[in-house]
Amino acid sequence: MNWEVLVPLLALLFVIFLIGIWSNRKLKQSTSFLSDYFLGSRELGGLVLAMTMAATYGSASSFLGGPGAAYTIGLGWVLLAMTQVATGYFVLLVLGKKFAIVTRRFKAVTLIDFLKERYQSKSVVLISAFSIVIFLFAAMAAQWIGGAYLIQTVTGLSYLGALFLFAVAVLIYVIIGGFRAVAVTDATQGIIMFVGTLVLLIGVVIAGGGIDQIMTDLMTENPNLVTPFGHDGQLTAAYVTSFWILVGVGVVGLPQVAVRAMSYRDSRSMHRALMIGTIVVGFIMLNMHLIGVFARPVLPGIEVADQVIPLIAMETLPPWVAGIVLAAPLAAMMSTVDSLLLLVSSSVVKDVYINYFKPDANRAHVKKVSIGFTAILGVIVFLLSINPPELLIYLNLFAFGGLEAAFIWPVVLGLYWKYANKHGAIASMVVGIGSYIAIYQYNETYGNLFGVHAVTIPVFLSLIAFIAFSLIFKKEPYQF
Amino acid sequence: MPKGEKRTDWRFRIAHREALIGCALAVFNIIWWYGFAYTLGSKPPEDYTYIFGFPAWFFWSCIMGFIVMVFLVYLVVKFVLKEVPFDEEGSDER
Repeated sequence: MNWEVLVPLLALLFVIFLIGIWSNRKLKQSTSFLSDYFLGSRELGGLVLAMTMAATYGSASSFLGGPGAAYTIGLGWVLLAMTQVATGYFVLLVLGKKFAIVTRRFKAVTLIDFLKERYQSKSVVLISAFSIVIFLFAAMAAQWIGGAYLIQTVTGLSYLGALFLFAVAVLIYVIIGGFRAVAVTDATQGIIMFVGTLVLLIGVVIAGGGIDQIMTDLMTENPNLVTPFGHDGQLTAAYVTSFWILVGVGVVGLPQVAVRAMSYRDSRSMHRALMIGTIVVGFIMLNMHLIGVFARPVLPGIEVADQVIPLIAMETLPPWVAGIVLAAPLAAMMSTVDSLLLLVSSSVVKDVYINYFKPDANRAHVKKVSIGFTAILGVIVFLLSINPPELLIYLNLFAFGGLEAAFIWPVVLGLYWKYANKHGAIASMVVGIGSYIAIYQYNETYGNLFGVHAVTIPVFLSLIAFIAFSLIFKKEPYQF
Repeated sequence: MPKGEKRTDWRFRIAHREALIGCALAVFNIIWWYGFAYTLGSKPPEDYTYIFGFPAWFFWSCIMGFIVMVFLVYLVVKFVLKEVPFDEEGSDER
C-alpha cells in the first residue's frame, strides 16, 4: 500500500465530499427541486461554467486512454487530440445565446425538455431518452473502469476492490448533491486538473532530460513517432481530420455538454466561459497527450496503455506530489460520472416518468424517485464495469459518436432552421443511430470505411434524412 | 410589455451572427491545424527542423495553433460579442 500517494488522494475525495454536503444544504432551501437537482438553477458564473464543461468533457479518455494512445502512437495522436480545442469556443458560440433564451422561455431543464417543446412529439422524447440511456451507459462504464484502474495502480488493491471504492465515492456524492454540487466541485476539479497536468508535464520533461533529448530518443527508437502519421505510418490525414467531427464541432450534439449551455446566469458569464473554456480545454489536452508521448523514453514497455499516466506520475514525481497530481484524472472521472448519472436519471425520471406516467407527482415523490433511480443506475454500471475491455478510450468514443449522430441535427437545426419539424427529427435520429451502429460494426471487422471515423458518415446521412423528411412533411415555419 | 415581439427579434439577430462567428472560427482553426501539420509534417523525419525542441510541424500546428485560437477568441469576446438579457421581461421561473 502506497500511503504517501494515497493520503493526498483521499484528502481530496474528502474535501469533495464536504462540498457535496454543503451544497445539499443549499438545495433544501430552494423552491424547485427539479431545476435545482438537475440544472443548478441557471445561476452558474463564467469560471464555474467553463470549468464544469472542461471537467465533464475532459474525462477518462483525455486523462488515461488518450495519453495511453499517445504513448503508443506518438505525436500524431497529440495532433488528433488538438482537434478538441474547438469545443472550448464552438459549443458556446453556436448554441450560445439563442439556446439560453429559448430554453428559458420553454422552462426547459434538460436537453429533452427543449426537444419536446420544439417538436411537440412523444416519439422524439422517447427516442432521445432511449439513446441517452444506451450510449451514456457505455460512456459511464468507461469512466468507472478508468477510475478503478487508477486506484488499482496507486493502491495495489484488486481491480474489483478499486472499482468498488470508486463507485461508493461517486454514488454518495452525486446522490446527496445533485447538479449544483456537481457544478461547484467541477470548478474545483477543473483547477486541480489544470495545475496537475502542468506539474506532471514539467516532471516528465525533467525526467526525460529535456525536450531535445526526448525527441532524439524517440527518433532513435522509431522516427515515425515524431511524424503526424503514427508509429506504424497508418494514421492517415483523412482519419485524423474526421476527429474534428467526433471530438471537435460534433460535441454540440452531446447532451451532457448542451445542458451546460442552458445553465449560465447571463451573457457576461457566457463570454467569460468562452475565454476560460478555450484556454483550459486546449491547455489540458495539449499537456496530457504530450505527457503520454514524453513518457515513452522515460518509462518504456508499459503494457496496459491506460496505466501510463499513473505509472509515470509515480515514477517522476515525489510521492505526495504524485498523489495530488493523480487527483486530477480521478477528479475528471468523478465529475464526468456525476454529470452522466444525473443526465441519465433526468432523462428517465423527468423526461419520461413525470411527462407521461405521473404528471401530478408531488415534490417529495419526485425527489424520492430521482435519488432512488440514480442509485440503481450506479449499481448497474458497477456490475457492467466488472469485466473491462483493454482500451477504454474506444468505449468512450463509441458513446460520443452515437450521441452526436442522434442529437446534433435535432438540436442545431431545431434552433436555427424554422422548417425543422418532428418528422425530420425522428428520421434524423433513427438514421443517425442506425447507420452509426452499422458502420461501427463494419469498421471493427473490415477497417475504416472511406478511411474516416465511424461517426463521420452517419452525421451526414442524418443531416440528409432531417432535411428530406422535414421538407416532405412541410408545414408552416416554426416561430420562436 | 408591449414591445415583446420586437425585442425578441433583436436578440436573435445577435445570436445568429455569433453562431456564424463560431463556425468561422472553427473553419479557420481546421485550416491552420491541417495546413501546418500535413505540409511540414510530410517530409521524411530526418529532414525535420525543430523549434524549442519540437518538430516544426507540431510546433506550428498544435502549439501555435492553440495560442492563435486563444488570441482570436479573446478578440471576438472583447470586441464582437454583445450582451443581451436572457429572461423574458425579467421573469424567471424561480
